[in-house]
Amino acid sequence: MAISLAFHIIFAVVGIGMPALMVIAEWRWTRTGDPVFLDLARRWAKGTAILFAVGAVSGTVLSFELGLLWPKFMEWAGPIIGMPFSLEGFAFFTEAIFLGIYLYGWDRISKQAHLAAGVMVAVSGAVSGIFVVIANAWMNAPTGFDVVNGLPVNIDPIAALFNDAAFEQTLHMTLAAYAATGLGVAGIHAWFVRRDPTNAFHRRALQVALIVGVPAALVQPLSGDLSARDVAKRQPVKFAAMEAHFETSGNVPFVIGGIPNAETGELQYAIKIPNALSLLMTGSASTVIPGLDAVPPEDRPPVGVVHIAFQVMVALGSYMALLSLWVVWHWVRKREFSRTPLLLMGLILGAPFGIIAVEAGWIVTEVGRQPWIVHNLIRTADAVTPVPGLIVPMVGFTLLYAFLGVVVVALLRRQIIRSPGAPMEGFETREFAVLPAKPE
Amino acid sequence: MSTLDLPLVLAGVMVVCLTLYVIMGGADFGGGVWDLLASGPRRHQQRALIADVISPIWEANHVWLIIVVVILFTAFPKAFSTLAVGLHIPLSLMLVGVVLRGSAFTFRAYDSRRDTVQRRWGVMFAGASTITPVLLGICAGAVASGQIGAARTGDFTALYVTPWMTPFALLTGVLTLCLFAFLAAVFLTVEAEPGALQDDFRARALWSALALGAAALALRWSAQTAAPHVSAGLTRGVLPWAVLLTTAVISVICFTALWTRRYRLARGSAVAQVTLIIWGWAFAQHPYIVPETLTIEAAAAPTVTLRLLLIALCVGTVILVPSLWYLFRVFSAGKHEKHE
Ligand code: HDD
Ligand code: HEM
Ligand code: HEM
Repeated sequence: MAISLAFHIIFAVVGIGMPALMVIAEWRWTRTGDPVFLDLARRWAKGTAILFAVGAVSGTVLSFELGLLWPKFMEWAGPIIGMPFSLEGFAFFTEAIFLGIYLYGWDRISKQAHLAAGVMVAVSGAVSGIFVVIANAWMNAPTGFDVVNGLPVNIDPIAALFNDAAFEQTLHMTLAAYAATGLGVAGIHAWFVRRDPTNAFHRRALQVALIVGVPAALVQPLSGDLSARDVAKRQPVKFAAMEAHFETSGNVPFVIGGIPNAETGELQYAIKIPNALSLLMTGSASTVIPGLDAVPPEDRPPVGVVHIAFQVMVALGSYMALLSLWVVWHWVRKREFSRTPLLLMGLILGAPFGIIAVEAGWIVTEVGRQPWIVHNLIRTADAVTPVPGLIVPMVGFTLLYAFLGVVVVALLRRQIIRSPGAPMEGFETREFAVLPAKPE
Repeated sequence: MSTLDLPLVLAGVMVVCLTLYVIMGGADFGGGVWDLLASGPRRHQQRALIADVISPIWEANHVWLIIVVVILFTAFPKAFSTLAVGLHIPLSLMLVGVVLRGSAFTFRAYDSRRDTVQRRWGVMFAGASTITPVLLGICAGAVASGQIGAARTGDFTALYVTPWMTPFALLTGVLTLCLFAFLAAVFLTVEAEPGALQDDFRARALWSALALGAAALALRWSAQTAAPHVSAGLTRGVLPWAVLLTTAVISVICFTALWTRRYRLARGSAVAQVTLIIWGWAFAQHPYIVPETLTIEAAAAPTVTLRLLLIALCVGTVILVPSLWYLFRVFSAGKHEKHE
């Protein structure tokens, strides 16, 4: 399941971010009549089509896997958190319907209707992401029921929907999707702009991608700070693992990097800023922060994984935010997007960072919650299916995903990245033979 | 009725969604079957028509399956976990089919136009489209036979293989394949322009109608011993007989309409036929959701959950219906003028 999720989340992030890029490009075309923007929207749409299909089928696998792997969990939690999943189902419907219209309706509906269909795709993509993250947030902050004899009673699905972690997590995830997609796409086009600085296509692509990625990447650390404070209150053990904070104590330093050793309870090779964590969290250096030793060893998550994943996310997030600050600063001074070689290099380097940060962030959230599948209520080990030999489907699906991943990358290269200048391949295909509708 | 029997209503909604999935999603799978079996001088046109018809809508059609699963785990969590454990193997295999079908179809549309490349994805798409319905049918047959959750002790085979590895379940798999292929062929007669291509699909519709009829009779016969509860349900009282009779009459109408080239009538009656088959099964299985293991009542989630789910489904429908209507309108209007 973790592998399916780690695979699916890439497509989910792109499925939230790409429609926004597409729509902005198309909107620019309707406003300026510049055919380059139309070309851009169409090429991005093709990429989105490929990614969406793989996202949809891997999402289908997930909805079954919830039962195939965690039947006890679903039996327990289904009535409580089925609500966001069913709302998500309708968001998928609108997303799939309007994506069909968007992709195949270029020459069938008016320009306005087409743009509106794109907006519908973008909105429902974001909404479906929000609903599923609400379900996940409930696992971190279970509410909306009482437990009697190990079973949930007095169920209140509405309260579960508005659980304590929902706001922080959905905000952080939605921003992450725009930051990762925006800066990821910007990095790809920056590479082409660097090779061919006058190419109008890639310059405009870079511009649109930055419009989406930069604001999100700028606020992401603030949202992350909000999440961290929330985790410290709600799941102090997860927080201690994130910070590799072993012993409950005051005057806790703020650590950067380092490799924690769970045996000895030490953090090696870290930069430590004295008292800073205590200060940061509460405003007072002497405040006691619970460490991993606050709970018995069998209730602690694997600290190494959680700490390192957290450090990776924060490091990459800081990089992305600084890069974005640079873009904004240049724009404020010069009223144009910078294309200095150094910035382009920075963008190219940062292209994969968003997705890596997303994977790292999910590892923090999910592994940090272990050994619980529902925080402090159900243990992961108790929820697993009795079916033996789970290694077989796991290896099978991993190979399947690896294969799909390779094909998707190859096709994306083929379809969108290939520099216009050379004619776009696949022109002879029926659907796209009628290019471009004349701008008025 | 003073108070709504909520579990029953939601079970009904689930069957509605299942019916819609079979009609729409099933036809997309059936299209893949005809891609595999494309033959004769017009095989390229056959494949092209299938791809044209499926492309804009298959992802939306596919969501019906997700809705069925969501209703199942929200409203009937015990049934979901029982099925997910008992049918672990065929469901996992079916998922592989779902993944390969969808991605190969998309990859074919966006990969090189070279024949070898197209052929490779085409075979994967068509193969997965053929195997997946069989697996789906096997799961349905295993449920109907009352074998799921029945064996509570035993070794791996007894628990996870025998319940679905039965002649009855396999026969249901075959029936499902015939059903999907039949639906697709009938729908394609309406989509094709009059002429040789349309006749190709007419012939396919007629042959698959015969295969479907044969599979249905065989299954009905086998059900007497293999699925006693459902079988008994199909003979209890007047209603089942009326349903059976109507299905038979509609099958004849459908066949005659195909024979006399009244394709819209054929399409309407094919849809009616499928609807009756699924609802016949659902009624026969009542009051069980997993026959002889779990009743609808016993599997149901608490009333709050059911009520909220029903409200959510109603609100969703208000958004969904106009969107779907728009989708189908955009892609059916002026179809024949395109590409000329
Ligand atoms: C572009 C991606 C990205 C970036 C740049 C960041 N994050 Fe993040 N983070 C995520 C993507 C992400 C995520 C993958 O989206 C997670 C996983 C679960 C969630 O809701 O968001 C997440 C989770 C997550 C959590 C755990 C929440 C929980 O368990 O409930 C914390 C505390 C932070 N983040 C904090 C930060 C901080 C302080 C950042 C400073 C720069 C930061 N994140 C940047
Ligand atoms: C999409 C990004 C996600 C990733 C990469 C991810 C990854 C992971 C990882 C690494 C684990 C811990 C495995 C372990 O240490 O035992 C886990 C656990 C789990 N997660 Fe997630 N997760 C994600 C999102 C979600 C969401 C949205 C849900 C549910 C709504 C969810 C449900 C679960 C469940 C049920 C478990 C416990 C079972 C297990 O250990 O695999 N996850 N996940
Ligand atoms: C347990 C976890 C999850 C389940 C069960 C799940 C389920 C699904 C399903 C069934 C689909 C297919 C919908 C279609 O056919 O159009 C899908 C797609 C999608 N999912 Fe997930 N999902 C999970 C995790 C996530 C997460 C963490 C996100 C992120 C925010 C997310 C966002 C999306 C989006 C945006 C799509 C649209 C398809 C695309 O554009 O790629 N999902 N998911």
